[in-house]
Amino acid sequence: MTTTTSPGVVSAESSEGTAGLKLSGLQLRLISIVGFFLAWEISGHVPISPAFPTFSGTMMAMFEMIFDGSLFLAYFETLKPLLLGVGISAFFGVTIGVSMGLNKKSRWLWEPIFVVLQASPVAALIPLITYAYGIGITAKTVAVIILASPIIVLNTYKAVGNASPVLVQMSRAFQGTRMQEIWKVIIPNAAPVIFAGLRLGVAAGFIGVILAELLITPTGIGDIISYNRSIAKYPHMYAAVLSIIVFSAVMVGMLEKAEVKYFRPEKKRGQ
Amino acid sequence: MNKAIHMSLPDATTPTDPSANIVSVRGITKFYGSDVHALEDVNLDFPTGQMTTLLGPSGCGKTTLLKIIAGLLETTSGEVMVKGKAVTSPGPERAFVFQDFALLPWATVTRNVAFGLELTGVPLKEREAKAKSYIDKVGLSGFEDKYPHELSGGVRQRVGLARALAVDADVLLMDEPFSAVDEQNRRKFQEDLLHLLSVENKTVIFVTHSIEEAVYVSDQIVLLSPRPGRIHSIIRPELDRSSSPDDIRRDKVYLDTVEEIWGNIREYLD
Repeated sequence: MTTTTSPGVVSAESSEGTAGLKLSGLQLRLISIVGFFLAWEISGHVPISPAFPTFSGTMMAMFEMIFDGSLFLAYFETLKPLLLGVGISAFFGVTIGVSMGLNKKSRWLWEPIFVVLQASPVAALIPLITYAYGIGITAKTVAVIILASPIIVLNTYKAVGNASPVLVQMSRAFQGTRMQEIWKVIIPNAAPVIFAGLRLGVAAGFIGVILAELLITPTGIGDIISYNRSIAKYPHMYAAVLSIIVFSAVMVGMLEKAEVKYFRPEKKRGQ
Repeated sequence: MNKAIHMSLPDATTPTDPSANIVSVRGITKFYGSDVHALEDVNLDFPTGQMTTLLGPSGCGKTTLLKIIAGLLETTSGEVMVKGKAVTSPGPERAFVFQDFALLPWATVTRNVAFGLELTGVPLKEREAKAKSYIDKVGLSGFEDKYPHELSGGVRQRVGLARALAVDADVLLMDEPFSAVDEQNRRKFQEDLLHLLSVENKTVIFVTHSIEEAVYVSDQIVLLSPRPGRIHSIIRPELDRSSSPDDIRRDKVYLDTVEEIWGNIREYLD
């Protein structure tokens, strides 16, 4: 360590302090998860309602669906429109958002559309999507895009629009071109907020695809949920719901890892 | 006579010798919008190889003037001459040190120091070697791979200074570089800066609101009046720079000059 020679470096003491915090943070998180499952198990036994299964029953149903392969088949169906929709929303959403942040005309052109989209109850639009695109993968992909893109666009736009004026001035003072200013300063500076938008966008995309599977065509995970509800196999229905929540959380977490790895290396050591 | 020498205000009509004054400003007036009048008809010369301080109370337009010289702000009227040529945008002969450091939080010390070179297209190996040599010169050895949030204010500003030195500009423009640095580090930094500048042979234009700092570091002090900023007076403290930093701070000329400037600034505060 360089603690003796350098007044500026965060001392070993404080970094140990954060390590200690991290450990208890992990413990707290485990306690939170275990506590939740425990409460679920107990309330399943009470029982709150005949339609509310226990945690253990739900897990049994999940293992059953994992081993007979039905869960994987369902995910295969669900992931196609989801990944397609999220991919399109991420690429065009970030591009449009960056252009809005940098250019007044682009802002005037796109802002009304996405603000209205974000504010509207999108579930109400889904029947309209069915009219326009039928009941195939296109309709589901469009549902994902409609839910995911506004939040990605608006977050990116705000992040780029609020780029640190000091850093931009620094880039100019050292004779940076406008392109260098955008790529080397504005976009990396905006990356944390852009990624926050992407994470929210992915989560919204999951809502979109499940809504589409429940409202448009019963396929994939949405089908498992609605089918098992209709035949009163509640543990299976809850297992499908739980799996999609876990899956969504893992994807969002992976996005966070990618952000730190490729855009904000300083966060790896800082927190 | 052992007293600070006062110079008359430079006359806008006097032709300036470009070899003696690397930077000159002529008739600079600046309005922000239509109602904020920041600077009024400022004429100044900055002698080559010397340290000139722009000093004045808050809102006297000293940072505005510095940013106009840097080419970061446009003038309402008047012009900035660098090496005898009128300039309106940043150029390779000027480098800027920012008040709040302006370091890239996602870049290491090395990349931050080399950033000016990166923007002008210097190859990676070459710019890293150059960055390394300035990292050593400003006393940052061992910090190469740190990120800005891991450093204290004083150390961050050394990174800012190294970045400005690395582009090898003739003129260093420093905007209250020590205002976000604590008192102990500030004194050490002032001493290091004077030592470094005696080796590097740069012309420095330095903005500060600290009278002591101005008298301690400057060859020439430009005292500005409050808004709209005009030149109140130009003072050249005749200090014996060969004596130790502590002796300079106890020197009668140093103390008298500080008092005299304080007397001038006080008028504006009442």
